Amino acid sequence: MGSEEFIFLLIGLKWTVLLSAVGFVCGCLAGLAVALARTSGMPWLERLTSAYIAVFQGTPLLMQLFVTYYGLALIGFKLDAWEAVAIGLTLHASAYLGEIWRGAIEAVPRGQTEASKALALGYVSRMKDVVLPQALRISLPATIGFLVQLIKGTSLASIVGFTELTRAGNIISNQIFQPLTVFGIVGILYFVMCCPLTIYGAHLERKFAASVR
Amino acid sequence: MSDISTTKASADAMISMTGVAKWYGAFQALNDINISVHKGEKIVLCGPSGSGKSTLIRCINHLEAYQKGEIRVGGILLGHQAKSIDAVRREVGMVFQQFNLFPHLTVLQNCMLAPMRALGLGKAEAEGRARQLLERVKIAEQAEKYPAQLSGGQQQRVAIARALCMRPQVMLFDEPTSALDPEMVKEVLDTMIDLAREGMTMICVTHEMGFARQVADRVIFMASGAIVEEAPPATFFSNPRHERTRKFLGEILRH
Repeated sequence: MGSEEFIFLLIGLKWTVLLSAVGFVCGCLAGLAVALARTSGMPWLERLTSAYIAVFQGTPLLMQLFVTYYGLALIGFKLDAWEAVAIGLTLHASAYLGEIWRGAIEAVPRGQTEASKALALGYVSRMKDVVLPQALRISLPATIGFLVQLIKGTSLASIVGFTELTRAGNIISNQIFQPLTVFGIVGILYFVMCCPLTIYGAHLERKFAASVR
Repeated sequence: MSDISTTKASADAMISMTGVAKWYGAFQALNDINISVHKGEKIVLCGPSGSGKSTLIRCINHLEAYQKGEIRVGGILLGHQAKSIDAVRREVGMVFQQFNLFPHLTVLQNCMLAPMRALGLGKAEAEGRARQLLERVKIAEQAEKYPAQLSGGQQQRVAIARALCMRPQVMLFDEPTSALDPEMVKEVLDTMIDLAREGMTMICVTHEMGFARQVADRVIFMASGAIVEEAPPATFFSNPRHERTRKFLGEILRH
């Protein structure tokens, strides 16, 4: 395998990183909305978001990407592969992160909400200053774990024709007929992205466990 | 059931509860509660567990909704709209059994948060106020620590300072010493006694009968969600009128 092929893989890697970043950042924003809706105390809103979460947790990511790519085109939204996959991943991430954070918000002791109410803090301050900072700590290991899943999940974007790392590997492998070398390198590139995150997650978990005591 | 003769119901009451009732489903937690508390008055609420005393004081700042009757705090009618609830909560400080300090904020930040967010104070002013009140509960040197680094008694004193930072007209105490190790009870009670001497209007749910004797203007005894007896501490302890009060006092004063 020559340097040209390797550079092609690195370009694929760049798209994998971009796709993960967009999916994660947009997924975080939408996921926060989902988590807040899920804990709003308004029954219809809670049911609606609970159904949303059930749909995205109950179907394969691959199918969700198909729906956003082919399905949206059918009803008139012509998106290119990059946009469709970014939207698909954002929806997917928002449902999972929403559910992770709902659990974390509910894990913050009730007394915290009561104390903030007794101090006349409004909903926004109660969430922003008191509940969410504590929920974030509780959820951090699970959130980072999900980010790792999401990075690996971007490989499914190759199916709808988006050239990220896995598809780049596929293309090179078909050209030079060295699947073991090519996919070995592709695997190492994924590992180099994901493993430090996993270690970082474990580190944060230890750190917060120590500071809460 | 409540003793109307000692309930000086009047318009200038700091807190007045009239015919307040509350249900959890079919279970009636509060039944026809009538209390009037004047400015500067100290009330001790006692009664067996499950008698509704915590529920009662949690209704005053609407941590629990009540279904019937009327509650007024400092002239504000406590309805169920966010506006009247917030108005009342700005006037009413509360101290909890489990302290409920914010663990991710320092002691100082715990005290500064609500004045800044709920009263709109600037940072410098909120900090000045916080340091002054931490001084008053004799814990100023711990201002930069996190709650988990303090003892239970220290945490509860911070919780008192945090509530006072809102400059409330009324302080509610919900079993403030029940979660403390015995050797820490005194420092918290002393802080409460100081507060009482300075003229704060206080309602305390507590089993500390020594505190009740020393500080309370009236002791209110509750059972099964209703007020059974209401009297100045001297009368309440030496000459309780109701059988249930006698039984309760017998149980908690025996040892």
